[in-house]
Amino acid sequence: MNNWPHFRLEKRLTVPPWLEFLTLAVSLLLALVAIAVLFRVLGVNPIVAYQRIFRGAFGSLYGLSETIVKAIPLMMCGIGLSLAFRARVYNIGAEGQLLVGAICATGLALSRPDWPSWALRPAMFLVGFIGGALWALIPALLKARFRVDETLSSLMMVYIASELVNYLVYGPWKGAKEMGFPYTDKFSPSAQLPRLLNTRIHYPTLILALVLAVLAYVLIQRTKWGFEIRVTGENPEAARYAGMNYFKTVLLVMLLSGGMAGLAGVGEVAGIHYRLRYPQGISPGYGFTAIIVTWLARLNPLLVIISALLLGGLLVGGDAIQVALGLPVATIYIFNGVILLFVLGSDLFTHYKIRLEWRRER
Amino acid sequence: MPNPSEPHLAVAMHGIVKRFPGVLANDHISFEVRAGEIHALLGENGAGKTTLMNILYGIYQPDEGIIYVKGKRATIRSPRDAIRLGIGMVHQQYRLVSTHTVAENVVLGLPVSFFFPERAARRWLEEFSQKYGLSVDPNARIWQLSAGEQQRVEIIKALCRGADILILDEPTSMLTPGEIDELLGIIRRMAAEGHTIIFITHKLDEVFAISERVTVLRQGKVVATLETAQTDKTSLARLMVGRDVIFRLEKKPAQPGEVVLRVEALHVLDDRRLPAVKGVSLTVSAGEILGIAGVAGNGQRELVEALVGLRKSQRGRVFLKGQEVTNQPPRALIEQGVCYIPGERAMGLAPGLSVAENLILKDYCQEPFARGAFLDYAVINAHANRLVDQYSVTTPSPATPVKLLSGGNIQRVILARETCQSPTLLIAAYPTSGLDVGATEYIRQLILQQRDQGTAVLLVSEDLEEILQLSDRIAVMFEGEIMGILPAHQADLGTIGMMMAGAQRIPMSEAA
Repeated sequence: MNNWPHFRLEKRLTVPPWLEFLTLAVSLLLALVAIAVLFRVLGVNPIVAYQRIFRGAFGSLYGLSETIVKAIPLMMCGIGLSLAFRARVYNIGAEGQLLVGAICATGLALSRPDWPSWALRPAMFLVGFIGGALWALIPALLKARFRVDETLSSLMMVYIASELVNYLVYGPWKGAKEMGFPYTDKFSPSAQLPRLLNTRIHYPTLILALVLAVLAYVLIQRTKWGFEIRVTGENPEAARYAGMNYFKTVLLVMLLSGGMAGLAGVGEVAGIHYRLRYPQGISPGYGFTAIIVTWLARLNPLLVIISALLLGGLLVGGDAIQVALGLPVATIYIFNGVILLFVLGSDLFTHYKIRLEWRRER
Repeated sequence: MPNPSEPHLAVAMHGIVKRFPGVLANDHISFEVRAGEIHALLGENGAGKTTLMNILYGIYQPDEGIIYVKGKRATIRSPRDAIRLGIGMVHQQYRLVSTHTVAENVVLGLPVSFFFPERAARRWLEEFSQKYGLSVDPNARIWQLSAGEQQRVEIIKALCRGADILILDEPTSMLTPGEIDELLGIIRRMAAEGHTIIFITHKLDEVFAISERVTVLRQGKVVATLETAQTDKTSLARLMVGRDVIFRLEKKPAQPGEVVLRVEALHVLDDRRLPAVKGVSLTVSAGEILGIAGVAGNGQRELVEALVGLRKSQRGRVFLKGQEVTNQPPRALIEQGVCYIPGERAMGLAPGLSVAENLILKDYCQEPFARGAFLDYAVINAHANRLVDQYSVTTPSPATPVKLLSGGNIQRVILARETCQSPTLLIAAYPTSGLDVGATEYIRQLILQQRDQGTAVLLVSEDLEEILQLSDRIAVMFEGEIMGILPAHQADLGTIGMMMAGAQRIPMSEAA
């Protein structure tokens, strides 16, 4: 006769909000523990590392401002993605849509340097939005018309966008005054976004992102289109049955999420770099990190603001430990991956009760 | 009390309790099957039959209770354990790989030779074909087979795994009358060879046709275990339902008005792009119920989906109140008052959204629920409160996600949405499948009420009793064709049964 413990899963009928918060907090904590093991293996005291990260990201005014700088594109992409993911349309290509937005804004800034700033800056955001949206339109059409899996096609579009940027900055758009670097010429002042005091926070983009977060929330919760998005995400069959147009919904969320990623790209070239650079220079994977941001925020556009600040801080803190502790760049990507894994895994604990039983064997 | 470890009992389950969230599916059930007998497990949908058998087959673990198999105490943790004990189960939904051959499906997961494993299968297929009449072509691909043939493959699979206790879960539900007779023959031959058969059903006739003993379940409890020969249909029905069953519902004579739906020679393809509806013509008038009887899978689903705009028809025309509506999209038909209670309940709902939101699933884009682009939640909630009251939906609140409601209440939500605005045409597909008696009666009365208010009703059902109770005229569908349309008072079960099997056809001219 021997006893052994045995786990059983039982579906929960309702998920109280405190539980959702608790599992989220615990999963983040566990992710940190898992990464601590990794630091240990790399020969770094994890407590020191975490201290550095925290101090780097939030411990000084400079760090805080840089955290906000990194959070801006994450917010912008994350808000759009929360709409797409709600409809269960998995747009993984925000990174590419961001780059195309940057290309379009650069094109306008370089060709119309003399336009007054009040016209040029909004026009750059507009063409950036359109560019990102059109880039997302391709996988959207493929999905809605031919049932091509959008996860794959939107991801592939990232590489095309990335090579397009490379082609432009090494080729036709290579700056005359950039001494052979793969940069375009610097934008005229009227194409440069203003910054807050002596930080790099390009506040027009930040304000735009905050406004869009509220609009996205209202769209999803209070409008007909939001209703269609939610029904489609819950049950595409029911959406068809209720006379909703699946094609339209897929297109809508792809265009919106692509367009918002495009806006993020505009912010980067017009607010940070004042030029188009090689792709990794424009975005260290904001479009991918935004997927984690969105999931952390439970697909809620308002919570995206908070989770974007959190992961923005992680990026800044990651830079800090890279320099201070001599860790490779990849550390921060591992960091991101581990967090996503734990957050996604924690869903099990919110939706199921787990019972430990001692099973008797005779 | 007999000793549970007596070897002549193939299976003895004692004090089995199984709880699901909010439901007590099995309430201290004791169930004994003698070796070599055919034992019917009778009960309505939701009585706990399948749960009990899933426990025996190791799919669920009981919360309480003990199980003996062939006289020995058994802990059945998974189907693998069950198979080791010689228990096999044929589920209602077959679990076959549809693109593979019969032989490949039979050997799947069996420890036969690594190369050309299907050779072993051929030998078995030969053997079972001779022994029990279980004949299937080993080279046929599963998707090419009829439901009856697929079921044979499932039975062969169980036998190859050494099953001498075979559980058949509502084995006749997908079969034509002819196939049912064949199956019953096979079961008798297997029992004669010493197999023990547990036959789950909710049809009284089958109990008498095949079983030696019968155990009746009601609401998770055993009501009685009887020798079949010593009981009769009326007393079994009473045991099963818990009260005297009214075999006829109060029904006023129909007062048909103008023709609402006219279908002319409609042709529709199924998902595999094979013809499923082959030249169907029919009419439904305001204030009458046209019932479509037939074994599921004879084109009913495709016909209905074409009528509500979810599937394109190839040829033929559909008229609504004289206007042609052939192949119009769902939205256009909804706006012309076509309401649809889908056969698969899940199709009509967004499970994670609230009851209130599901009640406006179709009307969300119209006044008063929408004002411009915005939804007016005050109006939506008031609407929900009214319907929850009117249709007696049991829900904690209209804000509760609809997936948390019971099957009967989910169906009430769909019915409330589909009938609250007095539709022009109501299409109801299998409206009471899987529901308990109370909910079933309520829904049937509601459908009659709709008819009396002047709605044209097209009712698709597999349940002949339901068809006979509700319909004013009965159309029988077989292999995508209408075998004939009879006025309900002229319809008798024999004729309809023959038509369902495709053995009899009544010329269309007199009916239309």
